[in-house]
Amino acid sequence: MLKILKYSIYDLLRSRWSYVYFIFYLMLSFSLFFLNNDIDKAIITLMNVIVVLTPLIGTIFGVMYYYSSKEFTELLLAQPIKRSKIFMGQYIGISLSLTLSLVLGIGIPFVIYGLFKSAAVFDFTLLLVVGAFLNFIFVALAYNIALSINNKIKGFGYAILMWLTFAVIYDAVFMGLLIHYNDYPLDQFTLIATMLNPIDLSRILILLKLDASALLGYTGAFLQSFYGTSMGLIVSLSALSMWIVLPILRMRSKLKKKDF
Amino acid sequence: MIEIKNLHKKFGKLTVLEELDLTINKGGIFAILGPNGSGKTTLIKCILGMVIPNKGEIVLDGKSILKKWEYRNNLNYLPQIANFPGNLSVIELLKMVKNLRPKESNEKELIELFGLTPFLNKKLGNLSGGTKQKVNLVLTFMFDSELIILDEPTTGLDPIALIHLKELIAKEKEKGKTILITTHIMSLVDEMADEIVFLLDGKIYFKGSVDSLKKQTEQENLEHAIANLIEKQYQTATTK
Amino acid sequence: MKIVFLLFLLMQFSANATTFTVCKTCKINSIKKAVSLAEDGDKIIVKKGVYKEFNIQVSKAIQIIGEDYPILDGQNKSESIFAIKADNFSIEGFKFRNVGISYTKEIAAIFVSGSTNFTLSNNQLEDVFYGFIVQDCKYGLLQNNTVVGHAIKESNSGNGFHLWKCKHIRIEHNTVSGMRDGIYLEFVNKSSISHNTSFDNVRYGLHFMFSNNNEYHHNEFKANGAGVAVMFSKFIKMHHNTFHFNWGPASYGLLLKEIYDAEIVDNVFEQNTIGINIDGCNRINYKNNHFIRNGWALKFIGGCYTNVFEFNNFQHNAFDLSYNSRLNDNRFEANYWSEYSGYDLDKNGIGDVPHRPVKLFSYIVNQTPQTLVLLRSLFVDIINFSEKVSPVFTPDNLLDTKPLMKPINSIVE
Repeated sequence: MLKILKYSIYDLLRSRWSYVYFIFYLMLSFSLFFLNNDIDKAIITLMNVIVVLTPLIGTIFGVMYYYSSKEFTELLLAQPIKRSKIFMGQYIGISLSLTLSLVLGIGIPFVIYGLFKSAAVFDFTLLLVVGAFLNFIFVALAYNIALSINNKIKGFGYAILMWLTFAVIYDAVFMGLLIHYNDYPLDQFTLIATMLNPIDLSRILILLKLDASALLGYTGAFLQSFYGTSMGLIVSLSALSMWIVLPILRMRSKLKKKDF
Repeated sequence: MIEIKNLHKKFGKLTVLEELDLTINKGGIFAILGPNGSGKTTLIKCILGMVIPNKGEIVLDGKSILKKWEYRNNLNYLPQIANFPGNLSVIELLKMVKNLRPKESNEKELIELFGLTPFLNKKLGNLSGGTKQKVNLVLTFMFDSELIILDEPTTGLDPIALIHLKELIAKEKEKGKTILITTHIMSLVDEMADEIVFLLDGKIYFKGSVDSLKKQTEQENLEHAIANLIEKQYQTATTK
Repeated sequence: MKIVFLLFLLMQFSANATTFTVCKTCKINSIKKAVSLAEDGDKIIVKKGVYKEFNIQVSKAIQIIGEDYPILDGQNKSESIFAIKADNFSIEGFKFRNVGISYTKEIAAIFVSGSTNFTLSNNQLEDVFYGFIVQDCKYGLLQNNTVVGHAIKESNSGNGFHLWKCKHIRIEHNTVSGMRDGIYLEFVNKSSISHNTSFDNVRYGLHFMFSNNNEYHHNEFKANGAGVAVMFSKFIKMHHNTFHFNWGPASYGLLLKEIYDAEIVDNVFEQNTIGINIDGCNRINYKNNHFIRNGWALKFIGGCYTNVFEFNNFQHNAFDLSYNSRLNDNRFEANYWSEYSGYDLDKNGIGDVPHRPVKLFSYIVNQTPQTLVLLRSLFVDIINFSEKVSPVFTPDNLLDTKPLMKPINSIVE
């Protein structure tokens, strides 16, 4: 697996798209830190971008890489190597190279800006951890879709739909339910519903650091009492991990039956 | 050497291979032929472990290969379409595949043979289709394996490369290797194949030497002989 | 003998004022005794030591001065330590502790009533039920005092400074924490509260009720249960105060209820759940305030009319404005909004497109509080944007027509 991983990273790190992605983050954070000079605003904007964009890019990269390397994958499949290793290698390769683009793209401007002296370093680290999680989660989900659907166009469509579901539709339905069942106690429901969507979960983890005062409003007290504790952090990080583990397990079981 | 027993494969509702039995002895060139959709590629992929049969058994040198992967170390495969990671150079690709197979390889000879030396440090994404196919051939023939499977090996090759390929195949045969080829180029079959396995609708319709096929169909020309086979099938299908 | 001699000497210096010295080994070994001996204009100096005294009644114009912070221990008896009804007196330099609790009587470390012209300064109060109770007084100065309580619940705790029916009182440079209300004023007029620090109080850092024409400035209010409350009062000037870290389910930097004709200028509201909770307030000018990283910078409840918001900075609040009605009679002009996404083509520092500070989402959160978990999600951005383009739920005349491009006197880099 490490061999495959090595070469897929090799390949991806030289891909134009990795650079585009890296430079996008680089320019975004540079302009946020140096044009505006307002670290709070920078982190809030970065959060908005990371929570929406990393899943999208992860999804697109995932399906794109799968479909475009299909023939080469077949060549690999004919080599004396286990199937699951080929795909795990590719999966980790994509996720890592995306994470690298993210970490460097945001990290370099932060370091130059002198972040390590500032108090924002914890927020920033959380931002990167969450971004990395989202990369791994959405590449895994994208790979699941690509593995299940042979038609490239269809697979692409489903992947985008998946992203749209987590990024927008889920929240729309969630809000609708909350408004509709306004009169019922909704704390438990809210908590569980946020756990079931990795984007929501990531957003809330960051929000609790950034907008603590807002979430500590009378509505947010219960959220704070859960997410704000170290127990809550552990639970939510393990929920995020489950969002990686479950798709990988499905990927592996799918691979056992899959025809190429 | 290869024993296939009662092989079934369905893709959804579509039956591709049905009760297929096939024995291929060690040594020689076997052409697997058949019209489009007859199950050639599926059969090959079953042997390669890329397609998982619904039923049946595939035995290679006395060992079942289903759900195994180690046996592929003694097997070379030339895929139909040559498409490699665009950002790796030719030499990196060769290294990578060598890395995956801890085994002797003679790529230098082959690189010279196909005139690939000037391309070694070029990115695979910038190569022409023909050059890629040559790289593909190098990858296939650089290892010394008992079984060689070639899926449409002639695609995109210039005449000189084609001659080199034929020589290579002939050389491997001399070494006593078993070579499976699928192709649409009948002249290649006529010229090289020791035996023909003709597939139709997921079953083996004919297995035997080129001459016996010609004899059976009463045709001088191999292409006509094959056409004749297919025609007969259509007739029986319509009379049914 | 020496002391008597000294006393004699001191008496010579100020012809008609006597100075009494109190210490454990002195002839006068209790404050009570000294007070009973003293006459108007006299001075009592209390040396270092622990004095287990309470209910010291003072009705004379005397100065009582502690040297090196002598300790007055109330032994948790249900009595005030000092109960004063006098004019022209002062008490300074004492450490008070163990003032008892009473639910029937008003007791405090220093209880002052019906007095004029007095000073209470440099006292340290620890574990007191009420710190200072001042009733029916005029021209008092309370300064440099420290009040520390360990209140946990509102119901069984008292206030640090409790003023009732007073006029012309100054409360300056005090520190108060761990009480119910840090400073409480009811029917107090024409007074000023400045340079105080009030933090970790169970209820309010500062609390005005029915008190008019007051001023408070340069105070710091931090992490109080609910912040600062100004209720049913007129003509209050609030400036240069800092309200921060007032977090909690019903917490805010500043609560305004039924306040008319006030000035709120140059204050900082940072990281409060709600910056200012505005409930039925009219004719208030808000100028050059900084609202930074609050949950809600401004939250309007009930009818609020002809308030003016000018030259304020709204920076990174989850919500700048929450509005409960579709009507708007307040003016927002020339503020800086970090959320503003317009442009300034003519480079005059004023955005060319008006800013709409009320978001649809804040309206939704008002209706269904739980939806707050969707804060900053893409879906919320989408609905906010669509509301911005065509307002349906929020007042369409609530606009800042001259949004500033840069913050005013920003205290943040």
